[in-house]
Amino acid sequence: MARLAQLELGEDELDAFTSQLAAVLDHAADLEALNVDDIEPSTHPFPLKNVLRIDDPGEGFNIEEVLEGAPKVEERQFRVPPILGDAS
Amino acid sequence: MKAIEIAEKVSSGEISARSVVEQHIEIINDIEPDVNAFNLVTAEKALIDADEIDSKIASGETLGPLAGVPISVKDNLCTRGVETTCSSKILEGWKPPYDATVIEKLKEAGAIIIGKTNLDEFAMGSSTENSAFGPTRNPHNLERVPGGSSGGSAAAVAAGFSPLALGSDTGGSIRQPAALCGVVGVKPTYGRVSRYGLVAFASSLDQVGPFANTVSDAALALEVISGHDPRDSTSIPEKPLDISGVLDDGVRGMRIGVIEELSGKGLGGISQDVLSRVEEAIKVLSNAGADVESASVPASVYGLSAYYVIAPAEASSNLARYDGIRFGPRTEAATTAETMTATRTKGFGDEVKRRIMLGTYALSAGYYDAYYGKSQRVRTLIMNDFAKAYEKFDILISPTAPTTAFPLGDKTADPMQMYLQDVCTIPSNLAGHPAMSVPFGSGADGMPVGIQILAPAMAEREMFQAAKILESESGNGIE
Amino acid sequence: MVTALNSPEMNGWETVIGLEVHAELATKTKMFSSALNSFGGQPNSNTDPVSLGLPGSLPVLNEKAVELAIRVGLALNCEVQKSVFARKNYFYPDMPKAYQISQFDLPINKEGWLELPDGRRIGIERAHLEEDTGKITHVGGGGRIHEASYSLIDYNRSGVPLIEIVGAPDLRGPDDARDYVSELRSILVTIGASDGKMEEGSLRVDCNVSVRREGTEEFGTRCEIKNINSLRSLGRAIEYEAKRQIEIIESGQKIEQQTRHWDEAEGRTHKLRSKEEAFDYRYFPEPDLVPVEPSEEWIREISESLPPLPRERRHLLAEAIGVEPNETSLIVQRDLDNFALQAVSSNANKNRVLVHLENNLADGIGELTPEAFASLTAMEANGELTATQTKTVLSELVEAGGDPQEVAKSHGFESMDNSELEEIVDRIISEHSDDWIAFINGDDTERKKKSGFFVGLIMKETSGQADGKKVNQILSAKANN
Repeated sequence: MARLAQLELGEDELDAFTSQLAAVLDHAADLEALNVDDIEPSTHPFPLKNVLRIDDPGEGFNIEEVLEGAPKVEERQFRVPPILGDAS
Repeated sequence: MKAIEIAEKVSSGEISARSVVEQHIEIINDIEPDVNAFNLVTAEKALIDADEIDSKIASGETLGPLAGVPISVKDNLCTRGVETTCSSKILEGWKPPYDATVIEKLKEAGAIIIGKTNLDEFAMGSSTENSAFGPTRNPHNLERVPGGSSGGSAAAVAAGFSPLALGSDTGGSIRQPAALCGVVGVKPTYGRVSRYGLVAFASSLDQVGPFANTVSDAALALEVISGHDPRDSTSIPEKPLDISGVLDDGVRGMRIGVIEELSGKGLGGISQDVLSRVEEAIKVLSNAGADVESASVPASVYGLSAYYVIAPAEASSNLARYDGIRFGPRTEAATTAETMTATRTKGFGDEVKRRIMLGTYALSAGYYDAYYGKSQRVRTLIMNDFAKAYEKFDILISPTAPTTAFPLGDKTADPMQMYLQDVCTIPSNLAGHPAMSVPFGSGADGMPVGIQILAPAMAEREMFQAAKILESESGNGIE
Repeated sequence: MVTALNSPEMNGWETVIGLEVHAELATKTKMFSSALNSFGGQPNSNTDPVSLGLPGSLPVLNEKAVELAIRVGLALNCEVQKSVFARKNYFYPDMPKAYQISQFDLPINKEGWLELPDGRRIGIERAHLEEDTGKITHVGGGGRIHEASYSLIDYNRSGVPLIEIVGAPDLRGPDDARDYVSELRSILVTIGASDGKMEEGSLRVDCNVSVRREGTEEFGTRCEIKNINSLRSLGRAIEYEAKRQIEIIESGQKIEQQTRHWDEAEGRTHKLRSKEEAFDYRYFPEPDLVPVEPSEEWIREISESLPPLPRERRHLLAEAIGVEPNETSLIVQRDLDNFALQAVSSNANKNRVLVHLENNLADGIGELTPEAFASLTAMEANGELTATQTKTVLSELVEAGGDPQEVAKSHGFESMDNSELEEIVDRIISEHSDDWIAFINGDDTERKKKSGFFVGLIMKETSGQADGKKVNQILSAKANN
């Protein structure tokens, strides 16, 4: 789980977290008894749909502020240490 | 001074914006060291802004409805060129290259941002003790918490640092601190106020809302920040709210329901003195001509459980972008993956890590249906139960928080204890309905108590009308 | 159509292929923000808070991307439906939000098909919208990921709209695969959805390959191959992978479901990761976006605005010329079908039309008009011009336009009438009577030699205007009399 979340936890942190998580999940278990099988899930409170944007560039954005504030930049690109492995 | 008064007097030239800002800075200098409401006080910039306003007025320009009014802004709202940290080490020193939409609207209205307020890290918490920069203390009693996650904003208004403040509410993060600090706090209908520039915690629940000392000030602030924003796809296609017009219309003939599941009968843990204040509030509303009865929203008891799956799940995804690659401080390691992990491990506090893990778990293969999938159905159930209740009632009432402000350190050992603070406020986030807290009397310990008013989607006006009545009889000194 | 590889190792085996094609959509701005969607340019010049995933940024869907997606769906005979966006969560530095906004449970298009030039239909499972990632450049170590000292990231491409087209495993060999990709690309370009350039990365192909013994119903375990950058690589990768899998099975082992990386230089695939190591993407509906439900009206409008698709054009031309549709595919691919149809309606010789368009007009028609072309093919067909002469006239018409009769005249390509030719033949024969007797009396070899001799002389005499075939006919006729 920690790996998926790209977090590293020390041994005792791990223990503390595990029991804390368990407590919260226990609480979530009272949902278990509830039968909601024939109820539709809701992602949003309201049924908004078809919110679209016209394909037009507008004024554009000045990226200089971002590059100036970035941790490490080289040749206008974000510089990172070696990347091992491929994306999906 | 109230915000409305300041705006009138500054616009007419009766007082200068500069003097207003100076006054407030004086109060801040005096009390802030004890309260720690701010991550950053932007005094210099505020004075420059004030001078600009004064010169515009001098040259005859008409300014917006918040001209010269100082406002404190929760530090999870992006302010261009001004540090925005979300009270987290992982964003320490980060200056956004853009303003949130609500910030743009405030500036357009002539408001003057006086500082960025403290919060629970990434808005996760109910006491502002999860801040990486130290807790904020309740101005009414410095040993007590101000509530959270918008504790800094609530305290700023309560202490007089600014007449207005902005916070964000995902599970009660505006309303609960408002109740604990004795100020007005409003969570609007989901989509009423743009989320563009609000650092996301749980996208389907987050909303930005105002804090104020008076109901009419809160209404004014909400009018300014509301309105459709094409940069936010979940923004409802409505014009900015107009509440001031109906604010004094009263509650005669309104059908008001007291949510029985949240009045001690359903859920335990709501203290007696809070419940007594609710009884008194009911009397006030009845006397003002409303029909007050008991109401039932059965599924609201499941709100907490559903929330503590949905919110962390969305948060785990929203917080995945904090990796030190493009912005914020970086803890460099031998490889990129290690850099990301090191940056996150070092930069996030415990509560944030806890929720990220919880959320990751709830979404992971094999568990999605049991947790996230199920919680989204429970959400529908809650929406349905509210809809049924709103067939019989125009607005609903409940306590805002189960207790008055508790001592610092009281609930930090057990996360579950802290989560229970949100039991009354969470259901309206899940349903997307507006809700607000109005200060109403005090508890046995002399600390403020807040009454929560809930309304159906889009019915902010009715909600404010009831709030105005409660305020007028609350026995709280308004000035 | 060769559908099974015919090398000896393949005997009795069938290769099953399903392709996933990603195409960049031809919009002005990105999928979820108004930053420019444009190739090349300074690094990080076409970015904004949304495509950089800055805190507080929010996506807003590009209407044009939806329109193009519907065009693709309709062109692939899909059902266009209400769709929902989903987050695909994983960490990789080219993914600024650490999740990609894509579509999972409810894609905008589903269940369609594509017809190959030979008439076979390949199933399209779905075609959905998603956003592209940034680009990483590895510095040091020859630019290869494993030896780099550091990397640089450019987010210009991050957020560019993509359509992912998932084909059913109905393909049976490298030729099928290449034909599928060509046809798909042709469709995408025709409808204006994408410029489909594999070499520029606006068309990307991932390939799922499995093998099974001929006659088996069940599919074998498949492997996914990534990093295929051209049609040629596609064919090579499939061949390699099929052989690799067959060898494994024949040696008694099982195929492990894997994702593999095609190495063009080494001509082989390497394992990237196994199924167990696969990412858990933790898909959930994107809370920052709302569903898209295109109206019946909009879908109909789009459908009516679609131009004729390659398949329709092949069929139309085939009917006009009187051949099988797959014989017209090259001409349609080159966009010359309209021209051909016009020539045919100007009474061109149908057979010659096909031949010339395929072989002699590969670089285009230039100034050549359909009427001129029609008239030229007629001249060739009735013997007024030889094949060589036709070619010459043709290139000139392509270059400078004009009328074939006049161009032929200007070259002195008068059709030589038979009596004139016979006179010349007779004269040459009388001038070389000894050779003529040798020709008449000679055996096949001797005749061949002598006829070449005579034809050469006659060609010289007629300045190349005589039709070689005709000359031979005349010589034989005279010889046999």
